[in-house]
Amino acid sequence: MSRRLARRDSEVIDRQQPLSFYWCGQLLQGLAGDSLASALLANGIKAVSRSYKYSRHRGVLCSNAEEPNALVDLECEPFLTPNARATQVELYQDLSASSPTAAETPVNRFKRLFKPFGRFMPAGFYYKTFKYPSKWWPHYETLLRTMAGISPSPTQPDPESYDHMYQYCDVLVVGAGVAGLQAALTVARSGAQVLVVDERPQLGGLLYEYGLGEYGKEEIAGKSALQWLRQIRIVLDQMSNVRVLSRTTAFAFHDCNLLHALELRQDHLPLAQRDAALSRQRLHKIRARQVILATGAHERPIAFHNNDLPGVMLASAVLSWVNRYAVSPGDNTVVFCNNDSGLEAAVALKAAGLKLQAVIDCRPDIADSYTQALHGVPLFPGHAVQSATGDAVLQSVSIAPICLQQGKWWVDHSAITNLRCDVLAVAGGWNPVVHLDCHTGSKPHWDEQQLAFMPAMDKAGRFAAGALNGHSAVDACRRDGAFTGVKAIQALGLETTAFEPVEPQSLHTAALFMVPPPDKRHNKLFIDMQNDVTVDDIALAIRENYRCIEHIKRYTGLGFGTDQGKTGNVLGVAIAAQIQGLSMSEVGTTTFRPAYTPVTFAALVGQNRRDLYDPKRYTPMHSAHVEQGAHWETVGQWLRPQYYPQGTEDLDAAVWRECLAARQGLAVMDASTLGKIDIQGRDAREFLNRVYTNAWSKLAPGCCRYGLMLDENGMIFDDGVSACINENHFLMTTTTGGAARVFIWLERWLQTEWPELEVFLTSVTDHWSTTAVVGPKSRALMQRLCTDCDFDNEVFPFMHWRPGTVAGIPARIMRISFSGELAFEINVQANYGHYIWEQVLSAGAKDRITPYGTEAMHVLRAEKGFIIVGQDTDGSMTPVDAGMQWIISRKKTFPWLGKRSLSRSDMLREDRRQLVGLLTINPQQCLTEGAQLVNEPQGKEMQGYVTSSYMSPILHRSIAMAVVKGGRARMGETVYARTAKGTTLEASITSSLFYDPEGACRDG
Amino acid sequence: MLLIPCPYCQHIFEEEDFAYAGEAFIERPPQPEQISDQEWADYLFMRNNPKGPHLEQWIHAAGCRKFFVVKRNTANNRIEGSWTMAKAHAGKNDLLERL
Repeated sequence: MSRRLARRDSEVIDRQQPLSFYWCGQLLQGLAGDSLASALLANGIKAVSRSYKYSRHRGVLCSNAEEPNALVDLECEPFLTPNARATQVELYQDLSASSPTAAETPVNRFKRLFKPFGRFMPAGFYYKTFKYPSKWWPHYETLLRTMAGISPSPTQPDPESYDHMYQYCDVLVVGAGVAGLQAALTVARSGAQVLVVDERPQLGGLLYEYGLGEYGKEEIAGKSALQWLRQIRIVLDQMSNVRVLSRTTAFAFHDCNLLHALELRQDHLPLAQRDAALSRQRLHKIRARQVILATGAHERPIAFHNNDLPGVMLASAVLSWVNRYAVSPGDNTVVFCNNDSGLEAAVALKAAGLKLQAVIDCRPDIADSYTQALHGVPLFPGHAVQSATGDAVLQSVSIAPICLQQGKWWVDHSAITNLRCDVLAVAGGWNPVVHLDCHTGSKPHWDEQQLAFMPAMDKAGRFAAGALNGHSAVDACRRDGAFTGVKAIQALGLETTAFEPVEPQSLHTAALFMVPPPDKRHNKLFIDMQNDVTVDDIALAIRENYRCIEHIKRYTGLGFGTDQGKTGNVLGVAIAAQIQGLSMSEVGTTTFRPAYTPVTFAALVGQNRRDLYDPKRYTPMHSAHVEQGAHWETVGQWLRPQYYPQGTEDLDAAVWRECLAARQGLAVMDASTLGKIDIQGRDAREFLNRVYTNAWSKLAPGCCRYGLMLDENGMIFDDGVSACINENHFLMTTTTGGAARVFIWLERWLQTEWPELEVFLTSVTDHWSTTAVVGPKSRALMQRLCTDCDFDNEVFPFMHWRPGTVAGIPARIMRISFSGELAFEINVQANYGHYIWEQVLSAGAKDRITPYGTEAMHVLRAEKGFIIVGQDTDGSMTPVDAGMQWIISRKKTFPWLGKRSLSRSDMLREDRRQLVGLLTINPQQCLTEGAQLVNEPQGKEMQGYVTSSYMSPILHRSIAMAVVKGGRARMGETVYARTAKGTTLEASITSSLFYDPEGACRDG
Repeated sequence: MLLIPCPYCQHIFEEEDFAYAGEAFIERPPQPEQISDQEWADYLFMRNNPKGPHLEQWIHAAGCRKFFVVKRNTANNRIEGSWTMAKAHAGKNDLLERL
């Protein structure tokens, strides 16, 4: 605790509540209110990590979200949080944190071996070095992946919960600094609903750093800044139309004012105190009518030799340690600046009682007000820090005179002064936090006055306030907040009084981004500390012709990583501009994309996992399948029985038994999941004629027909049987997975192209349940169950349907078959589905009725060569390719969907892949679905692939369907299929109709 | 994420409730058999990809399930209007002219 200062008005720590925590296994003390970074500094720990490429010691550079170096791992598995920024971690009792890069792990030790060779590892080193020989790449990759990154991902499931919340408001204020709070208050007074989000635990933004009235400069509306902050918090708390979410980072800005914000609800609590019933983090999806961005600004560093030594910090960060956390980061502080905010920081540090060793300003003159306020402190105007020295941490800096000569900074390296110091506060100017404004595609522009990229703010419904607008003085930020609030009220269409706009005050920033080093070597001038990008790397990238800033970024790594270059990017742009002789605006910035700060995947997922990931659909007889011990297959969202194992049966044995039952006895299947669309209206028949390839004009009531649907490219899209209920009423069935797609497709044609057709579509998939009774004994069973319907083959032929009363329930009985056997599908109102299933099973018990699942269904249909859309076809197969020319009507007057495409030249090619059957030479060997086919055992030219393959119980051999180039003209030819094991199977091309080619089984 | 006004429901809803349904006013040639492969391919595949105002179809998939026409500026995602299919077709020439 040696580094804690005497009590300060502005401190957010609670001295009555000491906390102990673990840093890399070492027990340390902090105070409630500390961030992990401030607690470490209070314990005198400056070097907190190692850089990821060169293993250099690194310390805390910033005090908030922009921190590039102080990445830490929190807690252990399963609560491990990797790569947290120590500056944003709130300290709690028994917090356990460690540095993934400083730890003594084998990988880290290995990396440190290369530290002396850092100068030989510039940008592109890995690309160039690990290229040859190319077949070694997999080994290189394994090695490099082990070394890459900062912290390993957690491996265990996250035991904490996360949720989402939708928020709606009139005005969203992002950032609760002075400008944001004032804007919120101004808007709230109009009665509008206001939501304020801020990433920090305390409101006030940089007011703690720059708003303290102690040195007599800053007053807000006549009060001291802290008084003003306390009052506005109370006022906002009392307003029922204002909600304030602290610890909440707006990380993404989407179109039409949708913002995503992550609220850390329990991260600041000890693990034992976290309430398992509450979420740890919450993703807010905020839709606001107007958005006020008051996101503030990040201070930027200045590049000089060894500028990455621990102890070199941003001036704003030093102010944060001193004012917010009452921690003195060092005993001898030097301030180095190129603008007035650095001088203000120096004044504040002096007022706080820190020992200021020197104030170095690159500008030739320092204004009188500052020289007076800094009386007694050695001032070095027209100087710059040329290099820093230290072993692991900063020990001294060398300063030298600097001046602008013909637009270039010139350093007099012969007149060096060394200053001993352990903290260097660098103030290199301010970067407005333009990220959110850019997420929707706007580009920031370089402002020569402000020397900063300013937000474009060219989208409707959003406003910028405060430092984002270039304001630096605290009261100016407040007035700009009020002015912006008024603009937002006007945009809402509410009454308000006018407010004067505020002109930003200049900080007189000099365009010094980098201090030229004594020799030509720039390899220790760090721009992006997280990615170890130096000035030399940028120069190298440009020499190798990566001139666009986006390419420079990707070649060097500038701006990647968890901090996304919040501190370094503008330096990188400036140096790229300088090397290429371009202006800043000609170079521009890289693209800002969400997320602003890293977001836990679990927060994005929220509750959409496990059972809530996707809805599950169950048929009415689901519980019966459960009782029968079904194994499940998910089809679309439906749970369908795949097979019903008995005893110790595996899949193959069960399917074998189920198939034979359907072919030789009696079997039953739940077909309720098939999509069903009720089609009614005067033009229903004409509509079917237009969407199916075959003719529907003569289908009489009581009849069914198989239909094939094509898209406009002529490719098979869906299939199914439709029944004519009466002249203006049809029931269409679709594939299980295609139901929704088909429904939208049909609606689309009716609504957009054929509004003149009077047709009404209703999805009735869930309204009907379907029990398919299959097998030679199915007619007898139907006769026992339903007495008011004649099941005689002449009276009730194949592809007809009849109304009837099955076990007392009104039903539509359809004689259709997907197995080639005699079969009846009993369609009843869904509520009766389970009852009918039970009735069928008990009535069929004496015939040993066998329920069968989707796997047996697939075998049965493949034996008959029936296709499954999506398995035997993909989006590139026409009915001709599938061998279904018989279903193409050439007579229909209307040019039905897909017809024209069938005569395109490409469709007429003879070498198109065509659907055929395959029989392996060895009947006991089964081809693998998806296996590629070649003409020779060692051939390389692919002829097609296997689409379906099974062992057929009735045929006692394997059967397969495949698509083969020009396959139908190649009957009897031999093809070879490679297996995953490397063996080759030989098969001959046949018809895909393997069983009962005469169709004798159909009628029982 | 857009906010889309549904001309049937007469209300603005979240983009999540809708599905995109392609460029508007792509009309199916009335007699496909009498046009060349090239013309048919134009109908099938060729679409405008402007930077600026674009007339496109959307369906209110999680709502009234109606298709309608939206004028959206692809450069800034601003939606400048939406019309029922009937109104869009009645005012088609006007809509296309004012693009």
